[in-house]
Amino acid sequence: MNDTKTMPVSKGKRHPYVSPRSRLPIAVPKQRNRSGWQLTRWIGLSLFSFWLLVALFGPLFAPYPMGAFVSDQIYGGASTAHLLGTDYMGRDMLSRMLTGARYTVGLALVAALLSTLVGAGFGMLTVLLPRWLEESVRRIFDTLISIPSKMMALVMVSAFGTSIPLLILAAVLSYAPGSFRIAHSLAKNLATLEYVQVARTRGEGRLYIAAVEIFPNMIQPVLTDMGMRFVFIVLLLSGMSFLGLGVQPPVADLGSLVRENIGGLSQGALAVIAPALAIGSLTVGANLLIDSLSNSRDNQKE
Amino acid sequence: MRDSLFGLVLGRLASSLITLLLVSLVIFAITSLLPGDTAQQVLGQFATPEQVEALRAQLGLNQPPLLRYWQWLSGFATGDLGRSASNGVDVIQLVNDRLPNSLLLAAITTVISVPVALIMGIAAAMRRGGVLDRTLNLITLSMVAVPEFLVATLAVLIFAVQLGWLPALSYVSTVDSLGAFMKVYAMPVLTLCSVLIAQMARMTRAALIDQLDSAYVEMARLKGAPPMRRVLRHALPNAVGPIANAVALSLSYLLGGVIIVETIFNYPGIASLMVDAVSNRDLALVQACAMIFCGAYLLLVMLADLCAILSNPRLRNR
Amino acid sequence: MQGESLIVRDLDICATPPGEDERTIVSQINFALKPGEVMALIGESGSGKTTIALAMMGYARRGCRIAGGSVQLGETDILTLSAVETRALRGHRVTYIAQSAAAAFNPSRRLMDQVIEGALIHGVMDRQQARQKAIQLFGELALPDPEHIGDRYPHQVSGGQLQRLMAAMALITDPALVILDEPTTALDVTTQVDVLRAFKRVMRERGTTALYVSHDLAVVAQIADHVLVLQAGEEQEQGPIGQILDNPGHAYTRSLLAAARPETRVPSRVQSSGDELLRIDDLQVGYGRSDRNGLPNNVVLDHIQLRIDRGQALGVIGESGSGKSTLARAVAGLVAPSRGEVQFNCRELPPTLRGRTPDQFRRIQIVFQSADNALNPAHTVRRLLNRPLETYFQMSRDARQRRVEELMDLVKLPRTLLDRKPSGLSGGQKQRVNLARALAAEPDLILCDEVTSALDTVVGAAILELLAELRRELGVAYLFISHDISTVRSLCDDVMVLYQGECVEFGPCSTVLNQPQHDYTRKLIGSVPELQPGWLEACEWSTHTQPTTATV
Repeated sequence: MNDTKTMPVSKGKRHPYVSPRSRLPIAVPKQRNRSGWQLTRWIGLSLFSFWLLVALFGPLFAPYPMGAFVSDQIYGGASTAHLLGTDYMGRDMLSRMLTGARYTVGLALVAALLSTLVGAGFGMLTVLLPRWLEESVRRIFDTLISIPSKMMALVMVSAFGTSIPLLILAAVLSYAPGSFRIAHSLAKNLATLEYVQVARTRGEGRLYIAAVEIFPNMIQPVLTDMGMRFVFIVLLLSGMSFLGLGVQPPVADLGSLVRENIGGLSQGALAVIAPALAIGSLTVGANLLIDSLSNSRDNQKE
Repeated sequence: MRDSLFGLVLGRLASSLITLLLVSLVIFAITSLLPGDTAQQVLGQFATPEQVEALRAQLGLNQPPLLRYWQWLSGFATGDLGRSASNGVDVIQLVNDRLPNSLLLAAITTVISVPVALIMGIAAAMRRGGVLDRTLNLITLSMVAVPEFLVATLAVLIFAVQLGWLPALSYVSTVDSLGAFMKVYAMPVLTLCSVLIAQMARMTRAALIDQLDSAYVEMARLKGAPPMRRVLRHALPNAVGPIANAVALSLSYLLGGVIIVETIFNYPGIASLMVDAVSNRDLALVQACAMIFCGAYLLLVMLADLCAILSNPRLRNR
Repeated sequence: MQGESLIVRDLDICATPPGEDERTIVSQINFALKPGEVMALIGESGSGKTTIALAMMGYARRGCRIAGGSVQLGETDILTLSAVETRALRGHRVTYIAQSAAAAFNPSRRLMDQVIEGALIHGVMDRQQARQKAIQLFGELALPDPEHIGDRYPHQVSGGQLQRLMAAMALITDPALVILDEPTTALDVTTQVDVLRAFKRVMRERGTTALYVSHDLAVVAQIADHVLVLQAGEEQEQGPIGQILDNPGHAYTRSLLAAARPETRVPSRVQSSGDELLRIDDLQVGYGRSDRNGLPNNVVLDHIQLRIDRGQALGVIGESGSGKSTLARAVAGLVAPSRGEVQFNCRELPPTLRGRTPDQFRRIQIVFQSADNALNPAHTVRRLLNRPLETYFQMSRDARQRRVEELMDLVKLPRTLLDRKPSGLSGGQKQRVNLARALAAEPDLILCDEVTSALDTVVGAAILELLAELRRELGVAYLFISHDISTVRSLCDDVMVLYQGECVEFGPCSTVLNQPQHDYTRKLIGSVPELQPGWLEACEWSTHTQPTTATV
């Protein structure tokens, strides 16, 4: 899956005639019913903060060590000893998931942060660079954006073998270009505004204009965009793990847990359902939260 | 002024070709230049230096990188995609066996998802703020963020394990009747469609609402045009560009989605071929598959852009 | 169908802004029109005039609701109709002419299809008849090539033509009531005359009842029989046009009239020192690639000569596309001229920002039209005013603090606004902050680019007054760019008239504006509506009298 999801302006070559209006890259169309998005905001906020807390403190509460074989029963159902059952080797699923969540959330956060730093950083700075340099940087990012994220990850894994730094690098290479594109067009629009021209005729330097006049006005959309990128990266990395090409044993993220236990699917094992649902609730929660936040900002502007 | 429109279309085609060329350069660079040595990898760490050297010469690894890139690229033009390292079969052979299956899966998914998504998007836009819109919004907003393996596992659990209606795996070779065909394709298509429809419906709704908010739709309303006419005659023609983009971008998601779906259902398509190739580090095969996927992606985006150019009255009639 | 009578009683309209509670935006509106009469709704932005006009069609925009009252058109009580009956009414018995015709036409459909759409939806006539009627209306509205103009798309005709096409669209069903919502506001004055004339003739001939929404009293004086003055959704005064103009009863009406007649104030002439401040010789500015002779693809300004003395105000008048804003941008260094020389303080001014010294930056300040975009929304007023003090002067914190407060006093803003961000200010306040920021640099020359045109007339008049006062007190010179002759007349010593990028007339305001020599200047001045009924009939100018371009 790549970052085309719900993000109409992030991927693909945009023709100038297609979208004459400069629309912020907000994930979703406006929804004006306030009671509606209040509800989605609370659902989103609670799901997302739950997983954030699990990632931070979860392993402290793990009843067993992650790799310990604690039960004779494989694919065991929920019991008082093992709240989420046992896996294909008789390990405690709850303990494994508490640790796995840390990898899933942590890796995606790091990768999303790096993507935004690289993408938005270049996006803002290139506005101030000479024309030919701006065009060259754009061409590079345009090329990278034309390689679907999963393709990029697969090609890189096939060449270098999988490792955590490589997965992060693949995610950054796939998602920084989208961030670049959005930040670049935002900065480009802002740079034509009259207050920037006033600053220029005041004799301000490029760095001052970038840092003081442009940057403060693009923080919010860039942060929203980072949230979307976080969701995509969670999906990308768990997808890679699910294929067995992501995080490798003995460590496991939530995607690896689904893969390990896929054999139990025909028995309806909790060991495969639980981690899959965990990823779903994390990404859905984050998506709902971002959506409601960007909606409330739209409404304020009107 | 037809010339300028023609020029625009031509320019768009050229730009796609250049991007494809650059993409091929990136893929080739990652797979054949940076990593240590393919020959060493193929033979393993116990091979003698002489053996490695012989294989290097045989694979042409001693030649300068640009020459190798050129040979690789011209191989695409002639259909010579190299030889699979793991089983020695020609890559083109493997691709030819698998590609039709993937295309069939993609075609079925497209035929089902596009009309459903368009109808859902249009309905939501027309009933903006209503119960239908809010319900659809919540469902699609959740669906776009759901990993496809969750949808797939739940589908298997319900339809194969609990109800026993469908087989858990897709064996294409067993298809001999329409019923069997449906049984094989039901779950993969369902999985792909669920995310795809949600995504396209949202984008269609957004594109349409953009137009419905415009002054000329208000004008149509004040002329007494009924809602259906406002949407179909006024807003929709102006939303063709954005909707075409939405469809193309969503369909390109199929490229990522099939990778998981083909693997999970053991469907013999090109995506599962690629995943196996990555696991075996069969670089020639990986390169070929990656180029096919990237080419398909660029083709979709380009078609959408052409759609947008051709539907823009300012460009069509000067 | 003839015009019918319109009676509005106790009309209330409520709005629910996002995230807030519902409040009343229009309350207790009453008026009555006999068949064939024209009523004008006058008011400034936010006065609720468009909202009231739309309620005549039983329509309220998203977030608004018609909360009470009645609208009676002939025998029909519009607000009690069902959805289907309302739809049958709109575009048939009541039609609408919107402010921005460019936005109100669907870009992807042919003009003819849109003009006759209303007639076809309501089954008034068949396609053939509707086309005939539309072509006839195009002719009456003085549109060029009435037979074929309908085959074009909206982007292929000019703004003035679109506005007349929209009038044809509104009149095709012979409606009982036409609503005109600022139909000429977006047009240049010389185009406005033609459009007004066409509207008036067609409406008189058909005996149409009409509601004319406008902020411009002079325009209303030409077309309306009655006037209703609105402020903040409430009626201030209503009566026949003559009475409102000659004998206004309400203070608010009087302030509107005073703002519309600024020429009654004689500009306080500042004795010019005779010191040359800015001189421009043979300036040419263009965009696009240059050809072999260094001539740009698209020349916006050419052969510009001018001189401003210390403390002098030069007005630059022209319509949209005349290149007047480009002149300010060239002096500011934002666009590089392709030919010519600019001298400032008897020294050559480098063409781009790159070559200018900090002192030159300080001495030339620019103030833009749109107060919304000219102030960075992320910063407070204090920070906005502090920055020029930091860059240009080495001041201590305390000195800066004192200076910022002084500047606020200078532009007559309360100091309590210092810690607000621009979003917390009104349009007029923003423009004052904008001026204060320019004054902070203690400049010799301020480039004013349409500084009052985005403001309501009363607010704009106050800003003009402030500009005049600052000039008297501080001796600052202005390059004052405007499309509005009366603002230039009230502020400037000299005036330059631009037409298609060239100067057609230059000289003292009193001479040029009172005895214009050039055809175009005469037309420009003659096209400005005057505050008396019957001016339109007396006006001899129209678009068809094309002036020639010539340098004086």
